[in-house]
Amino acid sequence: MTMKPTTRGFLFLAFVLAVLPLALPNGYYYDLAIRMAINASIAVGLNLLIGYTGQISLGHAGFFGIGAYASAILTSRYGLPSGLALIIGAVATAVLAFAVARPILKLKGHYLAMATLGLGIILSMVIINETELTGGPDGMPVDAFSLFGMQIVGEQAWYVVVALILLLVTRAALNLIDAPAGRALQAIHGAEIAARVAGVDTTSFKVRVFVLSAVVASVMGSITAHYVGFLTPGVAGFFHSIELVTMVVLGGMASVFGSILGAVVLTLLPQLLSAFEGWETVVFGLILMLTMIFLPRGILPTLRLKFAGRAA
Amino acid sequence: MLSELLQFLFSGLTVGAMYALAAVGFSLIYSASGVINFAQGEFIMLGGMSAALLVQAGVPLPMAIALAVLVAAAAGLIVEKLAIEPAGNSEVVTLVIITIGASLTLRGLAEVFLGKGNHALPAFSGEDPLVIFGATLMPQSLWVMGVTIVVVLALALFFGRTALGKAVLATSCNKLAAQLVGINTRFILLLAFGLSAALGAVGGILVAPMTYTSYDVGIMMGLKGFVAATLGGLGSGVGAIVGGLLLGIVEAMTAGYISSAYKDAMPFVLILLILFFLPQGLFGKKTTDRV
Repeated sequence: MTMKPTTRGFLFLAFVLAVLPLALPNGYYYDLAIRMAINASIAVGLNLLIGYTGQISLGHAGFFGIGAYASAILTSRYGLPSGLALIIGAVATAVLAFAVARPILKLKGHYLAMATLGLGIILSMVIINETELTGGPDGMPVDAFSLFGMQIVGEQAWYVVVALILLLVTRAALNLIDAPAGRALQAIHGAEIAARVAGVDTTSFKVRVFVLSAVVASVMGSITAHYVGFLTPGVAGFFHSIELVTMVVLGGMASVFGSILGAVVLTLLPQLLSAFEGWETVVFGLILMLTMIFLPRGILPTLRLKFAGRAA
Repeated sequence: MLSELLQFLFSGLTVGAMYALAAVGFSLIYSASGVINFAQGEFIMLGGMSAALLVQAGVPLPMAIALAVLVAAAAGLIVEKLAIEPAGNSEVVTLVIITIGASLTLRGLAEVFLGKGNHALPAFSGEDPLVIFGATLMPQSLWVMGVTIVVVLALALFFGRTALGKAVLATSCNKLAAQLVGINTRFILLLAFGLSAALGAVGGILVAPMTYTSYDVGIMMGLKGFVAATLGGLGSGVGAIVGGLLLGIVEAMTAGYISSAYKDAMPFVLILLILFFLPQGLFGKKTTDRV
């Protein structure tokens, strides 16, 4: 029986996620694993936009912020159930992303980078300045997530939730890429005009992927808000947007599993770097530069090429 | 009424002049290489910080300024040599991340070696404000605007009258053709980085007496310089200057008449609106894709 490589990869991911708890000694490692899974889900969504469709976004933390603050504000200040708040945040994100997508995605290259960067910064400044709602720079506490009267409490419960979400997002992304829509996206990346000539409605596809990746970021924002229990405006900031893009590029553009790997590495890195007291930023910057110079395709595609070369 | 408007205009033009210098730096590197250098803001920071610390250490002001510009220019050359050149013809996203890595490294080094404190530079010629139609103008503002004008004129001469300046223009126009007529395009790229780092540093030093400087001021200044460059149209020198001044004025007017909390957001609102309606910026050339 032959399996598609992506199916094999997906089963491997499911296996790792199922077995991982056996190897996690305490809450600290659970926390790390949960953050990795959250980042990985966002990165997989963002990779559909950056890696597969070839459109850069330097503002996705803004969408993450909308989800996070929608959940925090609606549950704690207006007493809405957390599930409903999450959905409202996601819908608000989708509406905003849809509204700006057409004019923004008409832009190319650095102009697109500028526009998405601007959007992200505006969103983060609204969060910082609307102190009455968001608590401003001091941040705000968030209640626990509860569904049908059951609360998700503790690292183990959260691990199960985010692991399932990661599997869901990964499966959805893999299916989308294999479907005709996915082929259309990759055609847009390869040669947008050729794709249009071949009958692909490029604008509509780009808009849909942009909205999709924004909604994934928003939902993960809501999840993070409830999981961490406290929010500060930094989650919507420029640096967080950069981190998300870096996960995609570092792991490997146009590689779903690469994004997961990128998220794992980038979540782990600050923990490892805390040993370099005071030098964290320097070392982080150097690692970013060196990987991009020596592995411009990203970690996973480079490894794959190497192994393929050896096998042949 | 008038004095208020004039006051906002003065402060807008002062900040705008610095944005213009940063934007010219962005434009220069973009023309020579097609790269947006996200480390540009760190050159502004390096200029201001080095000058302030040198003065604190007892170095005379003119000497400190010259040394600070050299420090930033050297940083620019190193970034190009060690990070941009080895990357070769990578994709835009990859190059963006490399320059962001360079920016983090520079900021981190400043944090380690220059410290986390706020620093100020003494004003170049006193703190006694001039009063014009009821609006006050700090002498330092005149320095900022005056030096910016001199720098812009010098750049115009450089690009218009010298062989080296024309070589930069030729490289930005068509790299391969420039190589064929014997221009060392690698050297041009190096020159562009050194020059734009020096320009950024000049801006950073000029405003350091009016706004405190610290190791982390580079991010916002760099992003606004990017906005100014995009506003004018990437790669257009005139556009960068107009974009910078426009941005400074809009920001000062927002702070004065609308809300000082949202003054930092205004440049980004402006750039989004402009890009929605003029996808090439105000002065950018329309490019057509060859298929």
